[in-house]
Amino acid sequence: MVDRAGWEAVVQRVVGEMRSVPGGLIPILHAIQEELTYIPAEAVPLIADGLNLSRAEVHGVITFYHDFRTQPPGRHVVHICRAESCQALGADLLLADAQARLGVDVHGTTPDGSVTLEPIYCLGNCALSPAIMVDRRVHGRVSRERLGTVLDALQGSAS
Amino acid sequence: MIRVFVPRDSGALSMGAEDVARAIAAEAVLAGAPVDLVRNGSRGLYWLEPFVEVETPAGRVAYGPVAAADVPGLFKAGFLQGRTHPLYLGKPEEIPYLAKQERLTFARVGITDPVSVAEYEAHGGYRGLRQALSMEPAAIVEAVTQSGLRGRGGAAFPTGIKWKTVLATSADQKYVVCNADEGDSGTFSDRMVMEGDPLVLVEGMTIAGVATGATRGYIYLRSEYPDALRTLNQAIAAAYKAGFLGPSVAGSGKAFDLEVRVGAGAYICGEETAMLESLEGKRGMVRFKPPLPAIAGLFGKPTVINNVISFASVPIILDRGAGYYRDYGMGRSRGTLPIQLAGNIKHGGLVEKAFGVTLRELLYDYGGGSFTGRPIRAVQVGGPLGAFIPESQFDLPLDYEAFAAKDAMVGHGGIVAFDDTVDMAAMARYAMEFCAIESCGKCTPCRIGSTRGVEVMDRVIAARTTRDPAVAAESVVLLKDLCDTMIAGSLCALGGMAPFPVLSAVQHFPEDFGLPSAVLAGAAG
Repeated sequence: MVDRAGWEAVVQRVVGEMRSVPGGLIPILHAIQEELTYIPAEAVPLIADGLNLSRAEVHGVITFYHDFRTQPPGRHVVHICRAESCQALGADLLLADAQARLGVDVHGTTPDGSVTLEPIYCLGNCALSPAIMVDRRVHGRVSRERLGTVLDALQGSAS
Repeated sequence: MIRVFVPRDSGALSMGAEDVARAIAAEAVLAGAPVDLVRNGSRGLYWLEPFVEVETPAGRVAYGPVAAADVPGLFKAGFLQGRTHPLYLGKPEEIPYLAKQERLTFARVGITDPVSVAEYEAHGGYRGLRQALSMEPAAIVEAVTQSGLRGRGGAAFPTGIKWKTVLATSADQKYVVCNADEGDSGTFSDRMVMEGDPLVLVEGMTIAGVATGATRGYIYLRSEYPDALRTLNQAIAAAYKAGFLGPSVAGSGKAFDLEVRVGAGAYICGEETAMLESLEGKRGMVRFKPPLPAIAGLFGKPTVINNVISFASVPIILDRGAGYYRDYGMGRSRGTLPIQLAGNIKHGGLVEKAFGVTLRELLYDYGGGSFTGRPIRAVQVGGPLGAFIPESQFDLPLDYEAFAAKDAMVGHGGIVAFDDTVDMAAMARYAMEFCAIESCGKCTPCRIGSTRGVEVMDRVIAARTTRDPAVAAESVVLLKDLCDTMIAGSLCALGGMAPFPVLSAVQHFPEDFGLPSAVLAGAAG
């Protein structure tokens, strides 16, 4: 978590730079999350003021889209594709393995803060199913063994 | 310097292409044989990725799938001279999978450096735009109409008709929006174009702008495609630098500006009006139609909206003429379709063919059967809203009307194969679950119907376990009723089509729903 002074400065700067972008709320939210890893719920009034929107409008957008989070994620984020193509080659088993190994449900973060587990619906790597994404990097033809190796490495690493 | 090609396509990267590129660069230094490393798109033969090519005096020679550990051996074997090696594949264009294709839209993908305008032009790029700039707007629209091009995003609406409406609507500002929210499972042709030949998309959108009087374009890209974003932004910057975007496109005095906007993980934003809401910075809620986006679209202004492949098919139509494109295909499905083979398939990848190719040819002649080696039991064509098709219908030709006649859809051309271990009741449940997760919530049949659908499917699956055919039969009657309501009452295709995979699963695979087929045939009607 970043302290209030820290995130407030980021939010003010991003909103200031991008307030005139047409339909700019989503790019602004992306930019804030890129820097802070999440969008603090307390930042909603600041964003709303800056864009001349209601707090409800900003809150509504944050909660509508799967990408935006109001809590910091773990140090690593693992997305496991659940869509049909990956299901055809055992994606359900990968997700169950990941849940068991990490001891968290989907959208959960391990108690040590190392890994957040997310479902995703298609990475566009369907000719190389099943696919997962680890910290924005896609891996194809992922076996259960390989998933295990990847998760162990993430949990063992400090950053 | 010898040119070596290692794809930057995210599918290739997912199999370790970045490590391979690094290993080749390092080994070249060790061997004292400097190479010019080109990061191209993918040829679309994904089971051979990373697919490395070397330019030799006799043409390009391919090796694959190459792992970083193979690189020293390749150098020793003389791969820079195109010599043989266990991973040697010969000339890529002679590999049957590629040799039998008709690549019009994908003509350059995997061949050129995706972000080089010079190379794009050397391979026929920007000829379509130059042609368009010498024509009256109405003539450009007419050429697109005459080509028979229909929206490749899934709805198959004639592209020229949309453009004509925008051209005929006067406004102080018009927009061109590319729907690059390729969210359907089993589809990746948009991604391949954006990562492998993004300038053809830029050119197609520019032509749309010139044709309709729109001066501003947006590419709405899904956030799940970070590699495509990088490549697109580099290509757009290169097009600006070369004068193909900006205040005077190719010196014509006509302005066209283009930028990429990234979505935020919402399948519904692939629906065009939800996408417009999202571009305006709002929740991706589906709009009522009318008004059509062509009349009142982005920020209330006339807006051309097409899919990536639709725009990417326009330059060749302008360059070679409407007739050239229209001569491919069958019936009212003209031209070619970049088909994507996915799921449980041995040779997954991109197959661009004229309409009319059958599922069987695609699955077996190209796809090589299932990845697991078991019989293919079903395929789902056209994404999560497309019907499941049983083996008995694999001779169906890819044609919009032929598919519609079987209550199926070609959609965006994605084909997901399943072997005989698939549980079709579980797939039907998933179709409803996915609809429930991704529903925008504006209309009741979709928002509530999908949740009720999951519950009914849970009862079907439970009844199957307890061997209770009466409960299963009752539940299927209810399921069918629910599907009717969703089809007839939903605002958009999400709620309106999510029932299609469900109903097709019941119709073709009744045994998976725990009922004797005879009972079920009656119940499912």
